Amino acid sequence: MVQKNLELAVGAFVALGIAAFFMLALQVSDLTSLGDERGYQVTARFENIGGLRVRAPVTMGGVRIGRVVGIDLDPQTYEAVVTLSLDPRFDQIPTDSSASILTSGLLGEQYIGLEPGGMDSYLTEGSTLRLTQSALVLEKLIGRMLTNAPGD
Amino acid sequence: MSATLTHSTAAAADRRPIVTVRGLTFHRGDHVIFQEIDLDIPRGQVTAIMGPSGTGKTTLLRLISGQVRPDAGRIEVDGICVHELGWRDLYQFRKRMAMLFQSGALFTDSNVFDNVAFPLREHTRLPECLLRTLVLMKLEAVGLRGARDLMPAELSGGMARRVALARAIALDPTLILYDEPFAGQDPISMGVLVKLIRTLNDALGLTSIIVSHDVKETAAIADYLYLISDGRIVDHGTPSALDRSNSPWVDQFMHARPDGPMSFHYPAPPYAADLLASPVP
Amino acid sequence: MSAILARLGRAVLEQLIRTGRATLFFFSLLGALSFMIRRPGLLVKQLYAVGVLSLPIILVSGLFVGMVLGLQGYANLVDFGATSSLGTVVALSLIRELGPVLTALLYAGRAGSALTAEIGLMKATEQLASMRMMAVDPFQRVLAPRFLAGCIAVPLLAGIFTAVGILGGYLVAVEQLGVDSGAFWSQMQAKVQLYADVINGVVIKSVVFGVVANWIALFEGYEAQPTSEGVSLATTRTVVYTALAVLALDFLLTALMFGAW
Repeated sequence: MVQKNLELAVGAFVALGIAAFFMLALQVSDLTSLGDERGYQVTARFENIGGLRVRAPVTMGGVRIGRVVGIDLDPQTYEAVVTLSLDPRFDQIPTDSSASILTSGLLGEQYIGLEPGGMDSYLTEGSTLRLTQSALVLEKLIGRMLTNAPGD
Repeated sequence: MSATLTHSTAAAADRRPIVTVRGLTFHRGDHVIFQEIDLDIPRGQVTAIMGPSGTGKTTLLRLISGQVRPDAGRIEVDGICVHELGWRDLYQFRKRMAMLFQSGALFTDSNVFDNVAFPLREHTRLPECLLRTLVLMKLEAVGLRGARDLMPAELSGGMARRVALARAIALDPTLILYDEPFAGQDPISMGVLVKLIRTLNDALGLTSIIVSHDVKETAAIADYLYLISDGRIVDHGTPSALDRSNSPWVDQFMHARPDGPMSFHYPAPPYAADLLASPVP
Repeated sequence: MSAILARLGRAVLEQLIRTGRATLFFFSLLGALSFMIRRPGLLVKQLYAVGVLSLPIILVSGLFVGMVLGLQGYANLVDFGATSSLGTVVALSLIRELGPVLTALLYAGRAGSALTAEIGLMKATEQLASMRMMAVDPFQRVLAPRFLAGCIAVPLLAGIFTAVGILGGYLVAVEQLGVDSGAFWSQMQAKVQLYADVINGVVIKSVVFGVVANWIALFEGYEAQPTSEGVSLATTRTVVYTALAVLALDFLLTALMFGAW
């Protein structure tokens, strides 16, 4: 009988521990991000990516449709090559869509926003986004404002 | 010793000593515990190893059971050289011997029954009902069948030692080692233990080795005595022979005289010089 | 001068010997673990002792730590009007650092010291020696079940601590301070990543801490001088060494996991 109670207490303890991990996986972190691995990958070239990092979200119309999975530098053109992994559910994105690096809020993280184009052909695995807009670098912006101000 | 005489017919079948020790030397640091000692433990008898406290009597038991290894010499039990055994063989070998520790060394987290059942559960796959019968038999042998549900903390020192004895004989060993079985016992439980050791030895056909400094009790049940002091065997023989010994040392020890060759004082510089010396080291 | 040098040398040598013994002890523990396949019943009792009995302190501490994080985070974020990311702050601090580290420290105080005292007393009362004399290996019968139970219990406790802490933060932030409940959870979900944060933080860290905390506790107990002072000294050492080892390892692991990016 005592042994039974012991086993019951230990069983409850283990169940509680596992439940805690389930909560951490499902409620606290976003388990849907697991789907990223199966997405299709496209690349985009930027002059300057600012503070963009791997795993930053990719959104369209404010909805997250993928993540940044790789950032590299093209040694010939000195452009940043960003690889995006997009959710296969969104497979009808026009090839002439444009990608911009945006900032969430004034001090927030940087992410990539896609603006849909109008072509009938869609992005597939390995496509490249032609129209890109680099990150707004705050220092450059302020510098431009200062140099332009007297001329106005 | 009438008990020995009746038993000696059975023991006569095998006259070889069960334990033989030759040229045993053992150091602990710079301190010499044993210096080339030889001894034989006769089969089927109660042999006592006696000597003043701190002469390494317990160490001798640890050497015989393979818990420590000698620096030189040879210890054989039943023809097996104990200190040359590997880990696995040593554990196999120990199933045939038992040791009763000074404190009893009962497992404090389980009751009397489970303590006695422990070696049986670890080494056999007996069904629970047979195991129960065996454990109750062993407890009956030490007179504690009624105490099976008590925890070790609820036992008196003498009872704890008897439970430990029941546990020690659970696997029917051929050799049983007692480490100071009488230390710190009241006269009644001492009497019970003395009788128990003797009867178990004869009833189960065991060989017993007792390490003790309680001369009277030990001499009463032992068939043979070894006296050790300062790392040497001072004398050995039957209790009655030693009782009549001419050696002043044996006389002092056997009759508990405060003065004799063994001095009351720990080695020290002369008293007066020590008192007058300045305290600076 | 030479006396000091000699003393220093001896101390260094003794530490090296101790380290060597601890390493050998660890391998003996690992070697004895296979015995647990044959006797899984031994594990239940130990899981109860180190896991279930540590639960109250873990639950209460987790709740309070989470509540404090909620309060402190709110006080700082409210100046930037960024209280909606309070959930992120609470969850990330708990998952990456506080959950595994505080659990390991509490475990050392609650269960580790008890393990050391238990093993030390078993040694002092000759229970381990008598077990050996009964041809039972204490590593298999006594140490391995405790080690394995401890290594299972610590990650579970760390998970529970973290989850309860996040709930505590939620209570303070949402119920008390009026942060929007939806923002609290959605911001948290947007920033906390399963692999990078939960697996790296709670899981890997707590597994490492669990192994180290139980190793230290059992080793100190096994090596304790068989006297009452020896055992009390050993329990103190268990708590101190575990705390130092956990904090140092936490820095190392953090640098490896989160430092690169």
